[in-house]
Amino acid sequence: MEFTRRNAIAMGAGALLVAGLPLRASAATSDEAIAAFTGGAEVGTGDIKLTAPEIAENGNTVPIEVSSGSATEIMVLALGNPTPAVATFKFGKLAASRAASTRIRLAGTQDLVAIAKLEDGSFVQASSTVKVTIGGCGG
Amino acid sequence: MRKLTGAFLATLMATSIASADPVDDNLILNEETEIVTRTTAPAHLSDALDEVMSGWLFRGTETRAMQADDFDNPGMIFVEKALEAWDTAEGSEGKSCSSCHNEMDSMAGVKATYPKWNEAAGEVRTLQMQVNDCRINRMGAEAWKYDKGDAINMEAALSSVSRGLPVNVAIDGPAQSTWELGKELYYTRTGQLELSCANCHEDNYGNMIRADHLSQGQINGFPVYRLKNTKLNGAHSRFKGCIRDTRAETYSPGSAEFIALELYVASRGNGLSVEGPSVRN
Amino acid sequence: MASGVKPRVKVPKKATAGEAITIKTLISHKMESGQRKDDDGNAIPRSIINRFTCDFNGENVVDVKMEPAISTNPYFEFEALVPEAGEFKFTWYDDDGSVYEETKSIAIG
Repeated sequence: MEFTRRNAIAMGAGALLVAGLPLRASAATSDEAIAAFTGGAEVGTGDIKLTAPEIAENGNTVPIEVSSGSATEIMVLALGNPTPAVATFKFGKLAASRAASTRIRLAGTQDLVAIAKLEDGSFVQASSTVKVTIGGCGG
Repeated sequence: MRKLTGAFLATLMATSIASADPVDDNLILNEETEIVTRTTAPAHLSDALDEVMSGWLFRGTETRAMQADDFDNPGMIFVEKALEAWDTAEGSEGKSCSSCHNEMDSMAGVKATYPKWNEAAGEVRTLQMQVNDCRINRMGAEAWKYDKGDAINMEAALSSVSRGLPVNVAIDGPAQSTWELGKELYYTRTGQLELSCANCHEDNYGNMIRADHLSQGQINGFPVYRLKNTKLNGAHSRFKGCIRDTRAETYSPGSAEFIALELYVASRGNGLSVEGPSVRN
Repeated sequence: MASGVKPRVKVPKKATAGEAITIKTLISHKMESGQRKDDDGNAIPRSIINRFTCDFNGENVVDVKMEPAISTNPYFEFEALVPEAGEFKFTWYDDDGSVYEETKSIAIG
């Protein structure tokens, strides 16, 4: 085909888009993960609590807790990590509470999101911003 | 040049945003063992500091909580590994540590007095050095590398059974000259940044240096499980890191300089409880 | 089997029938995320524990899908119902196919 200026600009824009992708990839993957979890259903607020430190002592080991009154499943995503998925907790018949604590890695200051699938089939989410400090003199 | 870097440091400190005091909190391990994290400074230090404080008081809420329970404290996984090694026969003599020393519990009190003078050897020894002496001479086994896996795990195990006992290293008698060398090293500026241990840990504890909350640099909590590298770290390795951070050529773990420095720094914490394995950032 | 992998669990020795107890689990595992590079600049391949389950007398308590963002030496704390005496079974599944297990009995009293 004839190589017009229009084509060149379009190709240039395409190249820029490709170059810009890594920034978007994280968001795209979180959206995909959320869509896969909720089946596209709306996510509201309510019966889900996410506890995380305001400032993480070290991004390598950050203690967090998720809890809910009636969740059957809770998915945790770290929106600023190279891959946002952190963990998905499924509560069985003998779970005494729909709650769990663990320790996670955060690549930098970011939003942490917990999405719960409740017993009635609805979805709710909570988020928390965790500041992750890098370096000091502690080597 | 010296004046310039001093001014630079002053600017760094002055422009740092926060000065966060150590917390007012008590450390009770496993709901039963009280740990002294603050006490009057030992006599030899009284002209420099009124009170000595454990590094525990300078860490965040979640980190402090992680140390308060032996299950939550990841450093204890390594203590368990050492407890297995304690019972494992090794070397030409077919002995394990327990062959002579019985249960690890019976070693309570040992960590609190190390580093210390060994009369027969005519030198100040750190705990790892003493363990290696036993391995070589009594077990016919090979020495463990300084501050590496096996050695640091064993030091953590020996420390764990002394938790709650006061640090009490001797600074006089035959150990005195080693102690004096350690003190000199502590107060000597090194590196491109011309910083001594005292510049940060005596003059500026409680202040922030970039994102770090400076402690008094006490070593009663060593070996330390650092969240940063998810493993146990020894005092000599930390000294090496600190000196490297001043951009100086640093000494090696196990070197005479670090043995002296460990004795001196340990003595700055005389009165605090043995805390290792502790959890820090 | 990844080397040096050791599970630890904390379960009370007994409970009253129907009581909710707190369980803590820890397993020593590097959880190589796949993000780190070696000295030559090559990516170190991912090698993590990707799933953790806890069952009691064959009934599920919790089932966790784990990703590389879980810290080294994965730790979990959760609550379980104890309807009767029996045995808790904890299972960790490694990327490399290994399966690590630990069991703990609990009495009613």
